[in-house]
Amino acid sequence: MKSRTIKVDYLARVEGEGALLVKIKGQQVTDVKLKIFEPPRFFEAFLRGRKFHEVPDITARICGICPIAYQMSACHAIEDAFGIKIAGPIRDLRRLIYCGEWIESHALHVYLLHAPDFLGYEDAIRMAKDHPDEVKRGLRLKKAGNEIVRLLGGREIHPINVRVGGFYKVPNKKEFSALTEELKWTRDAALATVGWVATFAFPDFDLDYEFVALRHPDEYPFNEGRIVSNKGLDIAVREYDQTFVEDHVSHSNALQSRLKERNSYFVGPQARYNLNFDKLSPMAQEAARSAGLGPVCRNPFQSIIVRSVEMVYACDEALRLIEQYEMPDKPAVNVELRVGTGYGCTEAPRGICYHRYRLDDRGVIVDAKIVPPTSQNLKTIEGDLWQFVQTHLLVQKDKLQWQCEQVVRNYDPCISCATHFLKLHIEPE
Amino acid sequence: MTAGEPSVVIVGVGNEYRSDDGVGIAVARRLRALFPTGVTILGEGGEGTALIQAWQGATWVMLVDAVRSGAPPGTIHRLDARAASVPTGFFRYSTHAFSVAEAVELARSLDQLPPYLVVYGIEGENFAAGVELSPAVEQAAEAVVERLAEEVRAALIRR
Repeated sequence: MKSRTIKVDYLARVEGEGALLVKIKGQQVTDVKLKIFEPPRFFEAFLRGRKFHEVPDITARICGICPIAYQMSACHAIEDAFGIKIAGPIRDLRRLIYCGEWIESHALHVYLLHAPDFLGYEDAIRMAKDHPDEVKRGLRLKKAGNEIVRLLGGREIHPINVRVGGFYKVPNKKEFSALTEELKWTRDAALATVGWVATFAFPDFDLDYEFVALRHPDEYPFNEGRIVSNKGLDIAVREYDQTFVEDHVSHSNALQSRLKERNSYFVGPQARYNLNFDKLSPMAQEAARSAGLGPVCRNPFQSIIVRSVEMVYACDEALRLIEQYEMPDKPAVNVELRVGTGYGCTEAPRGICYHRYRLDDRGVIVDAKIVPPTSQNLKTIEGDLWQFVQTHLLVQKDKLQWQCEQVVRNYDPCISCATHFLKLHIEPE
Repeated sequence: MTAGEPSVVIVGVGNEYRSDDGVGIAVARRLRALFPTGVTILGEGGEGTALIQAWQGATWVMLVDAVRSGAPPGTIHRLDARAASVPTGFFRYSTHAFSVAEAVELARSLDQLPPYLVVYGIEGENFAAGVELSPAVEQAAEAVVERLAEEVRAALIRR
């Protein structure tokens, strides 16, 4: 019986170092492994013994693309332990800085990492020669997102202005004026992005996913909400550990998450969209409809449209937040230490990011747990690969390998530290 | 960059908490002490699209980053990015999917390269967690500071 192996030693256009292996025997897929060989970094271990106020700055270092997600989840978890609730302008500024992170992260993925798949280019450099206007639009979109993070975070990579209780310093209303003008352009550019990616061709693909995201009664989720799914899950953030479990698998240095009761699940823009379509702004909803999407989009190849719709929303929401902003008297609320455990979960660009901290009476971290979005999607990505290859066995090998990589990139996995080195081995038995 | 701002930009790239990977940042810091005005000196994390933005509108652009090409530690590579493409994989310790080399090549595709773009690569030895430069890399950093200072002075005169 003929065997085939699809093997990608280094996945390109993902954040981080990963490889891909698919084994086929005859007409049957026999093994799928998404290998994560980037070394573990032990953040949870070296947070132990650190003071609570250091945590947002330390965890921001986990990712250069989505530091805000780690800062926000860390702050919310510690504030939960201390019994602090953030409201008013400080809460709004947290949403605003998150809008910036979504815009920059989504623009990077849509334009530079994902679009080349659909237009048939090996990378964005080659794509840029034929589609310079689109790439320039993507870069300017990303820059606008960076500007929001820079204004509120002090700098765009590893921001330094976020603290437990709020910010170290907050802008006055005037400081937003230049940004407002740029964001109006950015919102139009995001709308144009939706129109552009909607013209791409998408393979038919659909599995019976369990989508998991935050849901808030009044708003599209960034910082707060209950963790819900399309299969009946509806829990408070503090129930996370009773519901989800992380497994170590030998082929991956990243833990793989699953639901204790039902196995793999799907987090990220598409999960948020499917569970919160009614909370998108009218403009974002209209953009989705004009791209042919209904309130539920199950095809992960179409995640590029959903990411673009979320960019429209993030621009729209940022403009709304800036318009209603009034500078608070103090940049942060008072923080009083309390012994206990706190839980935080926020919506990173790539999906829910969960933090749990146990603190002693001096505000020192005794125990930490951090679950990034990508480790929650790994099992789902492997499931997609399994199904996709099984139903595309007749596709020519180069094209199938390309499509397998695309299946991975649908999820915008953030493994951090990427290289470009591709190999395909077909091993006849 | 708006009119009136300096058109000489030096960008140090790298992660200063990864030993020799921080050499680009170290060089940029030392140059900042030499040129408090007239030159924009940035430290960047190595995310490519941010690099393109960092040099936008500038005439003379100089990038400094750690490299690992197999040459002895401390070896100084000088590439004229206008004349030849920057090999991808050369700056393998750039942190993200979009590295220095890709940023330069993307800018070339978009016809957005600055008129003068020089890339200094310093061969690193130790990329483990830490904030110290290896002795050979430290020496190279000093040499690159001197060479860049000369290039900057020449650029400022010609400006």
